[in-house]
Amino acid sequence: MTGYVLRRLGAAALVLWAAFTVSFAVLYLLPSDPVSIMLDAANPGGTVDPAQVAELSARYGFDRPPLEQYLVLLGQALTGDLGVSVSSGAPVSQLLADAFPQTLALTSVALGVALLLGGTIATLASWSRSTRLRGALLALPPLGVSMPTFWIGLLLLQLFSFRLPIFPAVGNQGVASLVLPAVTLAIPLSAVVAQVLARSMRTAWDAPYVETALAKGASRGRVQWRHVTRNAALPALTLLGIAVGNLLAGAVVVETVFSRAGFGGLVEKAVRAQDIPVVQGVVVVGALVFVVVNLVVDLAYPALDPRIARTPATA
Amino acid sequence: MSAPAAPVLQVRDLVVGYEAGRSSREQVQAVRGVSFDVHAGEVVALVGESGSGKSTTAHAVVGLLPAGGRVVGGSVRLHGGELVGLGAKAWQQVRGARIGLVPQDPGIALNPVVRIGDQVAEVLRIHGRVRRAVAARQAVEILRAVGLSDPESRARQYPHELSGGMRQRVLIGIALALEPALVIADEPTSALDVTVQRRVLDLLDDLTTRTGSAVLFITHDLAVAADRADRVVVMKDGEIVEQGLTAQVLGAPSHPYTRSLLAAAPQLAVRERVGPAAPPAGETPLLDVLSVSKTFRLPGHAGRTVQAVDDVSLSVPRGGAFGLVGESGSGKSTVARLVLQLTAPDSGTVLLDGVPVSDAAGRAVLRRRSQLVHQNPFASLDPSFTVARIIDEPLRSHRAGSRAQRRDRVVELLEQVALGAAYASRRPGELSGGQRQRVAIARALALEPDLLVLDEPTSALDVSVQAQILALLDRLRRDRALTYLFISHDLAVVRQVADRVGVLHDGRLVEVGPTDDVFDHPQDPYTAELVGAVPGRQADPVRTSTPTLERSTR
Repeated sequence: MTGYVLRRLGAAALVLWAAFTVSFAVLYLLPSDPVSIMLDAANPGGTVDPAQVAELSARYGFDRPPLEQYLVLLGQALTGDLGVSVSSGAPVSQLLADAFPQTLALTSVALGVALLLGGTIATLASWSRSTRLRGALLALPPLGVSMPTFWIGLLLLQLFSFRLPIFPAVGNQGVASLVLPAVTLAIPLSAVVAQVLARSMRTAWDAPYVETALAKGASRGRVQWRHVTRNAALPALTLLGIAVGNLLAGAVVVETVFSRAGFGGLVEKAVRAQDIPVVQGVVVVGALVFVVVNLVVDLAYPALDPRIARTPATA
Repeated sequence: MSAPAAPVLQVRDLVVGYEAGRSSREQVQAVRGVSFDVHAGEVVALVGESGSGKSTTAHAVVGLLPAGGRVVGGSVRLHGGELVGLGAKAWQQVRGARIGLVPQDPGIALNPVVRIGDQVAEVLRIHGRVRRAVAARQAVEILRAVGLSDPESRARQYPHELSGGMRQRVLIGIALALEPALVIADEPTSALDVTVQRRVLDLLDDLTTRTGSAVLFITHDLAVAADRADRVVVMKDGEIVEQGLTAQVLGAPSHPYTRSLLAAAPQLAVRERVGPAAPPAGETPLLDVLSVSKTFRLPGHAGRTVQAVDDVSLSVPRGGAFGLVGESGSGKSTVARLVLQLTAPDSGTVLLDGVPVSDAAGRAVLRRRSQLVHQNPFASLDPSFTVARIIDEPLRSHRAGSRAQRRDRVVELLEQVALGAAYASRRPGELSGGQRQRVAIARALALEPDLLVLDEPTSALDVSVQAQILALLDRLRRDRALTYLFISHDLAVVRQVADRVGVLHDGRLVEVGPTDDVFDHPQDPYTAELVGAVPGRQADPVRTSTPTLERSTR
C-alpha cells in the first residue's frame, strides 16, 4: 500500500514537471519578443530605444541561453514564484490566486451537477424494466455530448435569463449567478458520465453475483443499490479523473459566455497580450488540478475496490 | 404419515420460450413439456449436454430466466402452490427463504466489493427483518456450519481472498441459511478441482440431510449424478428422454441417448496401449526434461515468490504419450510453457531429440518440430480469419512452399482431421466446439511436428465430442508417429490417452510411472487422494467410469 501511494505521488510530480517543461518549450521558443510587448504596453506606438530593450532583457533574463532561463524559472517555480506578468507587472501567483476561487467554485458545482444528473439517468435506465423509458433515457447522453458548450450556454441564457428572468445573465454575484454557468458546463460531462455508467451498470446486471442476490430474495431496487451501483462506479471513477481536465477547458469558454471573472478571463487577456509568464502559470495550475484530482481518484480506488488494496491473501 | 407425501416440487408440462429475434414474436423453445417431481429429502439429478435445457429448467423453477426467456406453458408447484405467474413481490418471498440456489461458478457468483459476512447476512436481513448486529452474528455461525476455519475473520474478508472451494461453501451457506424446502444446485462443482469437489458435495449432502431439503441437482457429469442422486432425469434438446432411479437409469439405460452418453464417457478402466510404455533402452527420448524449476514473483508482495515448478524431470520416447495430471495451481501449464520455451526455466534443461532448446538455434528447431494445442478452441482461433487462413498461418510464417502447394496442404490437413475441404472458407464463428478443436489440431499438424503439447484439449467440449477428439488424437499418433505431452486435470481422459503419467502437486512431480500402475496402485498419498476423489466410484464398484457430458470453460 505504501509503495502504491509513493508510486502515484512520483507519477504526479513527473506530470507537473512535464507540463512546466513543455509549456516553457512551446511558449519561450515561439517567435515573439516579450520585451517589445512590454515596451508597447507601456508606451503604445512609441519608438523603441535599443538601450531600454537591452536593460529589460537583462532584467528578465531573456538574454541568457534558453537552458539557463529554464533552470532559473524552474527553480523559482519550485518555491512558488511564477514570475511577474509582462503586461501588468503584477506577480503571476497573485493573479492566479485572485482568479482561481471563482473557477474552482464553478467547476466543482458543475462536477456535482454532472454526477447527479448522469448518475440519475444511468441508474433509472438500468433499474427500469420498461424498454421505452430505458430507450428514452439512453437517447439523452448522445444529445448532451453533441451540443457545443457555448450553444448550451446561449440557450440557457435565452430561456432562464431573458425569457424568464430567474437567474442573472452575467457576473459573479452570489449563488444565483453560478447556476446557469454550472449547468452549462455540467451537461456535456453528465452525458459522458451517464453513458459510461449506464454501460457498466448493464454489465453488472448480467454478472452472476446479481443472480446470487436475486436468488436471496432481494428486490431489484436493493440489487441496483447494493450490488450494481458499487461495482459499476469503478469504471466511471477513472473517467472522472480525465473529465476534470475537460471541465477546466470548458470553464474558460463558459466564463467568457457568461462574462464571469476567473481563469477564462485571465487566459483570454494573457493570450491576447502574449503575456507568457501568465499563460505558463495557468498551464501549471491546470496541470496541478488535474494531477491532484487523479491522485485522489487513484487513492480512492483501493477504498472502493478491495481487490486493489492488495491485502495479502490468507490461505 | 400414512398417505404418500406430496412432492416438494412438482413440474408439469413446463415449456420455456426465448424470443428469437429482437422485434419478431417468434420463439425458440428451450424446454418442451418437461415433467418431474422432487420429494422432501430426495436428490434428483437433471443431466444433459450443453443446450439440453437442464439449466433453463432450473432457472424457470426459481423464476430467474435470463432476459427474453419466459415460461409459456405448464406449471411449477412448490408444496402445491403455483409459482408460474407470481408477481415480483411474491417471488421475493419465495427466493432465498423457500428455494435456495447454489450457483455454478463460485469464482464470480459473489459480489467482489462486499465482505463475505455482509453477503451472508443479506439473506437474513431480507427475510428475517433482524437487526444488523444480529444478522452479522448469525452469518458467522453459518460460515462456521459450512466448515470455514476462523469464521470471524472470514466474515471480514472479500471474495478474492478465499479459494474456490471456500467461496462455494459460502454460497452453500447463503442458499441454506433459511433452511429452504428446495435447494437448486446448478453445476455447483464444475469449476472446482476433483478433491475439492468431493468435499463440497459431501458438505451439501450433510446439510441438506440435516434440513430435510429436497435437492434439484443440475450436472453434466453422469458420475457425480451416480454418486449423489436418488433419481436421475436425462434431458436432450429441451425434452426429458428418460427418468427413474439412479441405478436403473445409469445401470440399465433404456433410451439409446442415455446409452450413447454412457458409452462416450471416458473409462477409468484398463484399455489397450498404442505406443511404447517405457523408453527402449539406448534410444534417445524425443523429449527430455531435466530437473527444471521456475519461480514467479507475486505481484504486490515485494520479495515474495511462488515456486511454480520445482525440480521436474520427465522424458517421452518418440511415439509415446506422456500424461501430466494435476489440479489447478499444480504447475502443469507452466511445465508446458517451459517445454515450449514460452518462458525460460530458472534452472534445468529441456532437450528435444538430445539437443538443448534454450539457445536460439535450438529454439528455431523447437518452433518447427513442436506445436501447442490450446485448451479453449473458442479463444485460440482468430474469429476474423477463415479456417484456411488459420491453418495456413504456420506454413506462411515458416515459408513452406508456394501458394498453390500451401493450399493443397491445407485441404490435406482438413481431411486428416475429418473436416474436408468444404470447411476451408468458413470462419470459427460458424463452427461447433469440436470442429474448432479439429481446426486447431490441423493447424498444429501443418508443419509436420514431432511433438504435440496438448493443454487440456478436450476440457471445453461435451462428452460425445470429447470422445471423437480423443479418438482422432489416437489415430493421428499411430499414423504419423507423433509424440504427445498431454496435460489434463481429468484422470479418466489421461488414462485413455497416455502410456505414462506424471502427477504434479504444488510444482513437484510426486509420482511417475506407467499409466495403469499409477492409477491402480498409487504409491504417493496425494495420487491416492486424487484417484479416490474421482466421482463415480463409490456407488457401484463395477461402474468405474467418470462420464462427463460437458464442461464449463469458465
